[in-house]
Amino acid sequence: MSFFSYLINGVGLGSVYAIIALGYTMVYGIAKMLNFAHGDVIMIGAYIVFVAMTSLGIPALPSLIVAMIFCLVLGVVIEKVAYRPLRNAASKLAVLITAIGVSYLLQNIALLVFGPNPKSFSNIVKLPPVSIGGINISSTTLVTIAASVVIMLVLTFFVKKTKPGQAMQAVSEDRGAAGLMGINVNGTISLTFAIGSALAAVAGALMCSSYPILDPYTGSMPGIKAFVAAVFGGIGSIPGAMIGGILLGIIENLSKAYISSQIADAIVFAVLIIVLLVRPAGLFGKNVQEKV
Amino acid sequence: MAMLEVKHLSVSFGGLKAVDDFNMTIEGGELYGLIGPNGAGKTTIFNLLTGVYKPTEGSIFLDGKNITGMKTTAINKAGIARTFQNIRLFRQLSVLDNVKAGLHNRYAYSTLSGIFRTGRYREMEKAMDEEAMRLLKVFDLDSYAEYQADNLPYGQQRELEIARALATRPKLLLLDEPAAGMNPNETKALMETIRFVRDEFHMTILLIEHDMKLVSGICEKLTVLNFGHVLTAGLTEEVLNDPEVVKAYLGEE
Amino acid sequence: MGKLKNSMRKITKKNLMTYICLAIGFVIIQSCSAGGLLTFQIKGLLVPVCIYIICAVALNLVVGISGELSLGHAGFLCLGAYGAAIFSKITNGLIPDPIRFLLALIIGAAVGALFGFLIGIPVLRLNGDYLAIVTLAFCQIIQNLLNVFYIGVDKHGLHVAMQDPTKLELEEGGQVIVKGAQGITGTPKDANFIIGIILVFITLFIVLNLIDSRTGRAIMAIRDNRIAAESIGIDVTKHKLLAFTISAGLVGMAGALYSHNLATLTVAKFDYNTSILILVFVVLGGIGNIRGSIIATVILYVLPELLRGLQTYRMLIYAIVLIVIMLFSWAPGAIAFRQRIMERLKNRGKGVQ
Repeated sequence: MSFFSYLINGVGLGSVYAIIALGYTMVYGIAKMLNFAHGDVIMIGAYIVFVAMTSLGIPALPSLIVAMIFCLVLGVVIEKVAYRPLRNAASKLAVLITAIGVSYLLQNIALLVFGPNPKSFSNIVKLPPVSIGGINISSTTLVTIAASVVIMLVLTFFVKKTKPGQAMQAVSEDRGAAGLMGINVNGTISLTFAIGSALAAVAGALMCSSYPILDPYTGSMPGIKAFVAAVFGGIGSIPGAMIGGILLGIIENLSKAYISSQIADAIVFAVLIIVLLVRPAGLFGKNVQEKV
Repeated sequence: MAMLEVKHLSVSFGGLKAVDDFNMTIEGGELYGLIGPNGAGKTTIFNLLTGVYKPTEGSIFLDGKNITGMKTTAINKAGIARTFQNIRLFRQLSVLDNVKAGLHNRYAYSTLSGIFRTGRYREMEKAMDEEAMRLLKVFDLDSYAEYQADNLPYGQQRELEIARALATRPKLLLLDEPAAGMNPNETKALMETIRFVRDEFHMTILLIEHDMKLVSGICEKLTVLNFGHVLTAGLTEEVLNDPEVVKAYLGEE
Repeated sequence: MGKLKNSMRKITKKNLMTYICLAIGFVIIQSCSAGGLLTFQIKGLLVPVCIYIICAVALNLVVGISGELSLGHAGFLCLGAYGAAIFSKITNGLIPDPIRFLLALIIGAAVGALFGFLIGIPVLRLNGDYLAIVTLAFCQIIQNLLNVFYIGVDKHGLHVAMQDPTKLELEEGGQVIVKGAQGITGTPKDANFIIGIILVFITLFIVLNLIDSRTGRAIMAIRDNRIAAESIGIDVTKHKLLAFTISAGLVGMAGALYSHNLATLTVAKFDYNTSILILVFVVLGGIGNIRGSIIATVILYVLPELLRGLQTYRMLIYAIVLIVIMLFSWAPGAIAFRQRIMERLKNRGKGVQ
């Protein structure tokens, strides 16, 4: 394979990370918590698409919509039941550990329902490969890239121009003040989880279309990497998450191609550490100084 | 030689000059006041003096030593200690341990001595306990020594901050609105304590205050700050009768 | 002053009680074991419980006392285990066993502390969740690199290679010690419950005495208010680094115990789930509560192991219990509810309606 095709595949993988990271960055920006269960929502979303398509014979797009709705509800319920009661807990660690508990819970439910054996996921993009300049590019990759760009643009518009989006910005800036200004804080946070989780379903379906092995632990590593991407780009920044995700995918794929597939992850994480040491708030993050 | 000499101090945040060409000289043993309306930049000056912010221009000399641009920790070692407008105690530590933390550099023993409970550990801890209790006594806090700092009433939290700062035995003590949130009786008692501290520990004190009664009651000299500039400086009496100062505080007629 | 001396003694007394309770627990378990009351399965848990107690106490030094979140402690456990195992494999038979094991423990601690120090220098500038994610990244890097790490020994000494064992270029009769993802096999099994308990005591001694000293006070002062700590001349970086290094060293020592307890050592065991497992012990035992860490570790490590019979439901139950405990013990609503119930019970006890 040529450098160009490695690069395109890297952008494709990066677009998956970007979609997850977009959800992650919004949730983190507003709830200020590391949602360790986010990766597992991706896995659940992929399973729903799998069941709908393979077992029930529903076409790809409606299957995806079903999965999005399912994950949306799941995300809202998780937030309401497990995270909201701990929002004002004495230690931030409480909600972190609970998120880990939710992550284990989702993994083990999937283990019970779907079994430990990996499922082979059938591609939701049923289009022939496209040839550009003599190189065949899978249409899945192209669809993934297009999807991530569209999602980013829609989210940017939503956050900047719509009322609920501006409410999100306000809540993420200062929850207390937003509440005093009459913004429905609980509703806004629920909405953020809903969007983030629905995006997770999209990410799950697209990821498993490119890498068609699905088991109960499929989501955890991409979940962590997507968070890395979000941190990389600057937590809370929508273009940051997008660029962070794509850079991560490119670095990972090129490392696999030219250095070693076994230590590609180490390289990805090493780059994250270096970026954070040079720019502690990420590439696009704002550095906030504590007021004395 | 002056205890504190500040020359042409300026700092900007994102293009906005918060402090502009600030000059001040405090002689050893003085009780000096820094006053000015809200947002004049008083706390910013404290943050510059203690190295929390780095000045864009100007220099700071403590007892003849140039401390401009030094880190907070080093500045404290050089001899400046402070309190904070929004109280910053070690909330989960006991009242006693708050003061003992202030004694950190004056009664040193190694981490290993601490782990292995050597003779030096016992000797130093005993000396720290005694000195910390002496300091707490100055503020009548000795009976609360074992309370968690968080549980003290507001006024006493302010006093504990002063005790903690004193524990480092500074040459210059900076007090950021020590009387904020206190009732008139507490303020009066605090005034006496501050004067007592100055005399007892032979200390130079610079304080920021809104309470004019406190300022005129104990400060010998004042500098008035307005919009980051020095409006006027001099003996308390003269400064408080300066029409410019009255205007800055009360607005134009 | 008289009152104060009492308080000094109170801390010492409390620490002494911890040591005594631990000693009693040890004696009970040891006599049950001698009397044949313990099943093979439970006996197998004794050393791991000691390992995780050390890890939890050490992590609590970082999380509870220093106030920093680390998700990378499995990495230090792994490095300590590897360092000690490699040493023992090389020197096995050359040095008397007890001395070799003692040295292996020291090497495990030294390797852990060294890496804690090296990693701590750059990353401790970050705080909160950023530190968590960076330490997690370090743990992943360590795991990833050790997965492709080979060490062999022959007449000419040590040979190190990445990715490809043939690059070791060992001479005839040479031996491969570290075999990439297959890890290290055949480390002498020196660990036992008595040594485990001794190491727990050492860990407690170090951590409890450290907390109750000038250094510990400085570390906690920084945790409570960094800016105020700087304002009284406390060196923030030095003390954060000290707590992190000591913690990593203790975990490295636990790693040495780990590798000398199992026939096979692979890096797969040291992923971030292990870091999280230790963190769960710390949080459920009480952040900053060293005794709580011990109790939580014993209960939370042994219970799921005893539920092994339930197989598939085991982790599901664990997850649900974890969520419920967290909600019950940390949610402000639940805390208020508990207080109301306690109040009512108290009043009823007094006969007041």
